[in-house]
Amino acid sequence: MSESARKDTPEQAEFRAYCREWLAANKPGEPSVRLPQSPLEIMTEDQLSYLQAWQKSAYDAGLVGCDYPVEVGGGGRSNCQTVANEEMMAARTPFFPNVIGLGMAAPTVFYHAREDVKSELLPRLFSGEDIWCQGFSEPGAGSDLASVQTFAERKGDKWVINGHKVWTSLAHFAEWMIILLRTDKSHKYDGLSYFVVPIRSALGKGVTVRPLIKITGETGFNEVIFDNLEVDDRFRLDELGKGWQVAMTTLLHERGAGELQTPRAGGMKNKSTHAITAGNVIELAKACKRGEENSAADDPLLRDKIMRQLIREEGLKQNQRRTRVQALLDHPMRLPLQNKLLASEIAQQTAALALEVEGMRSSLYLADENAPAGGQWPLAYMNSYGMTIAAGTSEVQRNILGERVLGLAKSK
Amino acid sequence: MAQPNNYGFGEEAALLKESARKFFREHFTTDKLHALVAADHNPDRAPTCDWDQSLWQKLVDLGWTMLAVPESAGGVGMPVAAVAGLVEELGRAAFPCPLLGTLNATYVLIGCGADGEAALADIASGESATLAFSNRHGSWDPGATEVRHDADGLHGSAWFVQDAAKSDRLLVCAHTENGLGLFWLPMNAPGVSRVADGIVDLTRDQAHIRFDGSPAVQVSANALAAINNAMPAVWTLLAADMVGAAEWQLQTSVDYAATRKQFDHTLGYFQAIKHPLVEVMLLIDEAKSLVYNAACACDTEVGKAAQYAHMAKASASDMAAYASSRSVQTHGGIGFTWECHVHLYFKRQKHSQVLWGDGSWHRARLADILIGAAA
Ligand SMILES: Cc1cc2nc3c(=O)[nH]c(=O)nc-3n(C[C@H](O)[C@H](O)[C@H](O)COP(=O)(O)OP(=O)(O)OC[C@H]3O[C@@H](n4cnc5c(N)ncnc54)[C@H](O)[C@@H]3O)c2cc1C
Repeated sequence: MSESARKDTPEQAEFRAYCREWLAANKPGEPSVRLPQSPLEIMTEDQLSYLQAWQKSAYDAGLVGCDYPVEVGGGGRSNCQTVANEEMMAARTPFFPNVIGLGMAAPTVFYHAREDVKSELLPRLFSGEDIWCQGFSEPGAGSDLASVQTFAERKGDKWVINGHKVWTSLAHFAEWMIILLRTDKSHKYDGLSYFVVPIRSALGKGVTVRPLIKITGETGFNEVIFDNLEVDDRFRLDELGKGWQVAMTTLLHERGAGELQTPRAGGMKNKSTHAITAGNVIELAKACKRGEENSAADDPLLRDKIMRQLIREEGLKQNQRRTRVQALLDHPMRLPLQNKLLASEIAQQTAALALEVEGMRSSLYLADENAPAGGQWPLAYMNSYGMTIAAGTSEVQRNILGERVLGLAKSK
Repeated sequence: MAQPNNYGFGEEAALLKESARKFFREHFTTDKLHALVAADHNPDRAPTCDWDQSLWQKLVDLGWTMLAVPESAGGVGMPVAAVAGLVEELGRAAFPCPLLGTLNATYVLIGCGADGEAALADIASGESATLAFSNRHGSWDPGATEVRHDADGLHGSAWFVQDAAKSDRLLVCAHTENGLGLFWLPMNAPGVSRVADGIVDLTRDQAHIRFDGSPAVQVSANALAAINNAMPAVWTLLAADMVGAAEWQLQTSVDYAATRKQFDHTLGYFQAIKHPLVEVMLLIDEAKSLVYNAACACDTEVGKAAQYAHMAKASASDMAAYASSRSVQTHGGIGFTWECHVHLYFKRQKHSQVLWGDGSWHRARLADILIGAAA
């Protein structure tokens, strides 16, 4: 029995047993297509429909949105999403395709939208039938998010939107976008408002989505251009001028520090998905021969580097455990705010180390049949920069930690 | 066996850590430490042993030196996780005393079974102790000891003995006719001579000890088993000390960066100062989480204690090097002086980094466990 199972409430315990039984019977089989390393690199309709079918079946079974009220399409349970997540990870399921919807749009819509909008949009978000995307970044507004310029102008009870969003993950499949807009040019923060806007149904009618090619050669993010898109006022979240506060709900949940647990699945093992862990680098090192008698795993320098990574991984795991031991914490945000920064940087270093282990063979990429592990490590290494850039760059995370936790003066 | 979620760090442990913090805050400020150990700056001075013996006695009276001694031997039998909390606070205060050595001896003696009980009773009665295991090259392999035991007692030398001038007793690893044995004797036993080392660290003393037919009680005929059993706790507690000391280094540097102004801003405004201090915090938290994980393994998952303790000490050693480096650099010119307190911790950490194995030493052993011996 897992450690977490031992402190389940009766509701959680019953739900856990149910999840386990359902997953044993209904976990989907291997896909016929190569899956990307994360939902943010879904490129084809084939990949998408396999993953969407999985999310829909998990939703229909009650494993997605468990803690949201029934009226908005949720399961009406309390603290059960964690249970479902643990069981799905343990069962090594595929991941959910609608990550931005589940992790960011759902809590934001839930806390800030009108009741009719919630019950209209959330059920299809949870089921994955509607993919969602997030329109925050712009060509001129990245780390300094509050400088967004895409403008919404009032016209009766409608709004007319013009501007340019960029790096918009999943926009090429999205029905809806959560979007941060400027409604007043004279105030930086108080001039922002938050909306949900249609994407797919408005293509060619005020919305253009253009894919951008990633460093890996994959697609997955896009630029989105708004040219006089008209949107109903009922799709505004919260009050006019409160966009920044609403965006904080989004970002808090994005960083895993929000009120509502994000439905999360994953862990499926197949030849095209590869966990970026030091344990896997050890296996790789044993398989990478250096001569007849020895492998990379015998090289003392590589052994030292692999142990370094393994120790950092264990440290992060233990941080997460210590987060719940009150007597061993000084500042309540000190550990939670480190999580994203550490996870992304550790993964990056681990992937870099895997390439060092592979040596010259790390030059071989996905299409080469001699590539170790199918070329997944060079892909993982390049992809890892997405994690250290997106959702607040590592530099911005360090600013936040230095200012909010250490109390140092705010940098510009 | 699975570990408890909270590292077994319960209410009693929290209370102990809190009272230790208060104790040192009230009785042993950094000003006091500086006045005590840094009176003479001359690098050529003869080795000294500066410590506040009456404050140490208070600590003994509080029962903190016998926390790890099992109840059956007259002690408190606290888990390693709780003791780690106390040691973290000791490190934060950099209090010169033989507590670590006494705890180390306790853990080795616990592994000696019935033969160790009388010695444990000595510790429970308030005596301090230190380990005499190392040879002149500073090897951490017990088999490398230069001490041997024969019919008329101990002969030879033990090196790098920690806080020797402050300790009442020695626990010596020595060759015997039947392999390695452990021996227990008073520091002032006949034939024991102590030669103080001239060391960088002002918060410790260290010596090499000559034995010339010193009578000693054998507490174990299987030293290796007892030592291997105890080392995870020894490494973990030293790492806990380093975490506490690093918290002092971080807080002191942050305080300075929040007040000192240059170019019209406090230093912390500049990211070349801010980000490295954040890095120090990240490294401290990693080491700290690994310390409590290792401590908890010593208490509840002994099969993995060595593995987790290697992680904790490796992490703490590298962390301490960086925390020390940034504490001096952040202070600028004043940080380079004898007058500024950061050098006390810089030196204590430097000593701790190599004591009982540095980062690469522990990673090499960890690799042997997790990858297997190299071909
Ligand atoms: C894979 C991926 C997916 C993404 N998905 C989405 C999405 O779905 N929706 C969305 O809205 N956005 C998305 N983004 C955009 C992402 O949020 C931005 O890239 C990020 O906020 C950084 O902004 P920028 O790219 O403009 O870089 P900039 O802000 O221009 O930063 C450039 C460099 O300067 C540094 N820098 C900037 N400001 C500071 C400072 N104050 N102190 C120190 N250094 C600083 C940065 O750390 C970085 O190294 C995605 C990005 C990636 C890589």
